[in-house]
Order: sequence, then C-alpha cells, then structure tokens
Amino acid sequence: MVSKKYIASKALTSFTTLFIVLVVNFLLFRVMPGDPGRMLIRDPRAGPDAIKRLEKQFGLDKPMHDQFYLYLRELSRGNLGLSFAYNKPVSKVILYRLPNTILLIGFSFIISTLIGILMGSIAGWKRGSKTDSAIFGFSLVATWLPSFWVGTMLLLVFGFWFRAFPIGGIITPAKVFNNIFERWRDILWHMTLPTLALLLWYVGEYVLLMRSSMLDVLTEDYMVTAKAKGLREFIILKDHALRNALLPVATLTMINLGYVVAGAIQCEIVFAWPGVGKLIYDSLMMRDYPLLQGAFLVISISVIIANFLADVLYSYLDPRVG
Amino acid sequence: MGLLGLMLISIFAFFSLGAPILSPHDPYEFGPMEDVLIPPSREYLLGTDDVARDIYSQLLYGSRVSMIIGLVSAAISTVIGSTVGLISGYAGGKIDELVMRIVDIIMVIPGLPIMIVLAAILGPSIWNIMIVIGVLGWTGTSRIVRSQVLSVKERPYVEAARCIGASAPAIIFFEVLPNVVPIIFAQTMMGIAGAIYSEATLSFLGLGDPTHVSWGMMLHFAFSSGNMSTAWWWVVPPGVAIALMVLGFTFFGSALNEVLNPRYRHR
Repeated sequence: MVSKKYIASKALTSFTTLFIVLVVNFLLFRVMPGDPGRMLIRDPRAGPDAIKRLEKQFGLDKPMHDQFYLYLRELSRGNLGLSFAYNKPVSKVILYRLPNTILLIGFSFIISTLIGILMGSIAGWKRGSKTDSAIFGFSLVATWLPSFWVGTMLLLVFGFWFRAFPIGGIITPAKVFNNIFERWRDILWHMTLPTLALLLWYVGEYVLLMRSSMLDVLTEDYMVTAKAKGLREFIILKDHALRNALLPVATLTMINLGYVVAGAIQCEIVFAWPGVGKLIYDSLMMRDYPLLQGAFLVISISVIIANFLADVLYSYLDPRVG
Repeated sequence: MGLLGLMLISIFAFFSLGAPILSPHDPYEFGPMEDVLIPPSREYLLGTDDVARDIYSQLLYGSRVSMIIGLVSAAISTVIGSTVGLISGYAGGKIDELVMRIVDIIMVIPGLPIMIVLAAILGPSIWNIMIVIGVLGWTGTSRIVRSQVLSVKERPYVEAARCIGASAPAIIFFEVLPNVVPIIFAQTMMGIAGAIYSEATLSFLGLGDPTHVSWGMMLHFAFSSGNMSTAWWWVVPPGVAIALMVLGFTFFGSALNEVLNPRYRHR
C-alpha cells in the first residue's frame, strides 16, 4: 500500500519545484537587462514621464517583495498579463492553444510508448542477435536525429514532393464540414506528419529504456527459477520478464516528460501546428515577452503536475516504492 | 562502435580546424545576384542559399561553432556536476539528501523551455548560449558521479587515507577523484553530444548568435526564408551533419561507458 509519507514527500518536492519555477519566472523578466518599463513601451520616443506613469500603473515602483506578492496574487486569479502581439490576455491565448498540444502529444506519446515497449522487449529478449542490433542501431540514430530536422525532411518529402499530406496547420482553412467525422478526418490527416516525426523521436528513447530494463531483469534470480520450472518461453517473457521490466520504464517516463515537451515544441514549429510550442516560437519572433513567460509557466506547471501524478501512480504499480 | 564514434569526431575536428583552408568561399559574404539559390555545382559544391552564400563553406564553419559550444558547455556542466556529485557522495547523510533533493527539483523543470526563455532574455551571443546550456545540463553527471563515489569511498585505500589523517578535500581530490575520472570522461562525451543538440535546437528557433554561422542557424534561415521546399541542398546537409557529430560523441561515450561501468561488464 502506498504510504501517506511517500505521497507527502513527493508533494513537497513538487511544491518546491513549483515555487522555484514561479520565482525564476518572476525574476527573469525583471532582473535581466532591459528594465520592464522600457520593455513595456518598446518605443524609444517615450519620455521619462510616460515610463514613470506606466511603472506606477503596473506597480513597478514598489519594492521587490511587494511586486512578488502582487505577481502571485494575480497569478492565482489566472491573470498572466497581456500579450503584446495578440492584445488579449495571455491566459486566453494559451488556453485556446493548449488542447491542440495535448492532442498531438497524447496521441504520439501513447503510440510511441506501445511501439517502444514492444520493440525494446524484443531486442532485450533476443539480445546479441541481428534483430537486436538492428533495433538498437535504429533507436540510437532515431533518438539523436534532431526532431526539427526529421520534421522538415518529412515535410519536404511527403508534403512538398509527393503532396500526400498537408504542409502545416491543424485543419483545412475555410473548409465547410458536413459532420463531425469529416472534421476529425481532416484533423487526423493534418496530424499524420507531425505525429510521425514525434514518433520517430520518442520511440528510440523508449526502445533503449525498455531494452536495458529487460537486460537487467533477465539477470535476476526469478528468471532462472522460471526457466527451471520448465515454463514455456512465451509465459516467462509475458508474466515474469515483461511485468518487471516495465517498472523502470514507468519511472523513466516521468523523468522524460521534459523531453516529450521539447519534441512537441520543435514539431509544432515545423508543421505550424497551432499549439503552445508554436506559441513560444511566435512570441520569440514578435518579442512578446508576457506571452513567452506565460507559455513557459504553463508548460512547467503541466510537467510538474504530470510528474507528481506519475510518481503516485508508480508507487501503486511497485509496492516496494514508498 | 566506439571506433566509429572516434572516427566521426576526428573527421569533424579536422573540418573545424581546417575550415579557413578547406572553404572555397567566405561563408559570410553575399555572392552575386545570379548565384542565388543555385543547386550543387562545380563552383558551389553544395549550392548556395538565398543570398548566394556557399553552403559547403557555411557547413565547414558551422562545425567549428558546434565543436566549441559542445566542448565549452560540456566542460561547464562537467565541472559543476562532478563537484556536486563528489561532495554530495562523499559527505553523505543530510548534505547528500539535501543536494539530491535539489537535483531532483532541477530535473523536473523542463529543459528546452527554460533554455529558450534564458537565451531569449540574455540575448543572442555564443557565450550566453554556452553558459545557458552548461549551467542547465549538470544534473545527470552529478547523479552518476555521486553513485560512483558512494562505492569508491568504502574502499580500503580511502579508509587508509582517512586513518593517516588526510583532510576531506584531500581525500576527495587525491583518492576519490582519480577513480571516478573515467566515468566523468564518458559522461562528458555524452554532455558534448547533448550540448551540440541543444545549440542546434536553439539556433533553429532563431536564438543563435547571428555573427557565427551554425548548422541550426542554417536550418533556421532555410526554414524562415520559405525556401526549404525547393532548396533541398540547403536543408539536408546541416541536419545530417548535426546527427553525425552528435552520434559520434554518443557512440564514443557509450562505448567508454560500457568498458568502464562495472554494471554492464558481465552482460
């Protein structure tokens, strides 16, 4: 059974991380070169009076700790500031894009986990064989090929040369759909290439994890016992090896959430997928700092929460933990 | 595999050292109007970009940027990571627990987004990129070094040093460190690969140093100028180069790891 102490300790770590992210996010845009007043107006013609007035309006004349308190208060109300480029609240802009990112990440994440676990266990089980070296080599290369470049290549070949898939976006613009199925078919069609690019990236990592975890399990004593009992190879693989080998993969999955997010950011940019990652790129291009700050915060908080949930889930899976 | 890695590293080291001699053109100089976006030819081995700069020369100079950023960033994160790992592992107890807690916390914060934010605020310079990548990338090294130190510090010669009254810093430096150096070295190779990768990603996002041509930046310009659909000679080489260089360091690093890490030896 999961102990309360374990969950409490994980929750404490998560809260500390959250607090640090908040502090970093607060400080980054204040301590760094270029004072906020200047950044707000971004017009060299603005006189000192105008800047003073703005600083007062935004509370920038108050001492640092008061500013931090204000920042936390506004944050707790869901106020992430105003986007320069969209002239809308940052929270609205991000919330509008978040489902698209979750759709893309979730879809590729689930498929790549399944494929990765399958390929990884085969490679680990048949270690030293030709199949193993082929899968191992493929995974190493796939993990280290830049995700944005793989995306670009897929786009070049399937989008521009063969014209088999759309070259970007999430839906055909200005198209009228008769029913919800046609709409989703169009979305899935747009999603094929980005998903493929992400798959190639994620799968490699999973195969490597699963393979090494499998290799660890195979040297355990209970594997010898299972063999000595005369069980069929498939049963040993399914009930004895796979179940135990999956545990470390579950832990590493959560450590890798940052990796998952990084891949999604790159793919969204290449395929113009209107998610939070693309938003980061756009805010960089337009020097829209409030939006950049907000997107960073939302991504970090999502990762921290997912991490905590995974930690708790893992302690259920493996009673030895906690 | 390690040999293949070493070969790839040597080839790129040769390219980056010999870039000024090997390049047929100045990678920064705009060519004549009629040479814009021409496919590979005798004059331009890998064609030209949208302002008629030679892709081949850019590629050669780009390997310099990747090499330097990889080496410096990995050096920064190796120094921080090893120091933290050595102290935490040797001290043990409360200090160890606290330090590993902090490492856990840093590991949760997603790497690429914070790198993007830092690079965007600090501004595009090659030094800022090195520092950002180096300062954010030490957690893995610290963990591995720590676990290695935990086993090394129980060995008899460490105990002997303690008996003759050697101070903790002296033991860490003269007894423990020499025994974890191989692992640190293997880890540094992986760190270089990671740093090259991060630099390419940041440059692709337009956060690179505009005064130094890099592979990520070449891809950024190919992408943002809208020419990637036609100018394959502009898009394919930088990506292949990034992958090969990164693979070179990874192969070498993991081969070293396999030899040095006792956990893998008897498999």
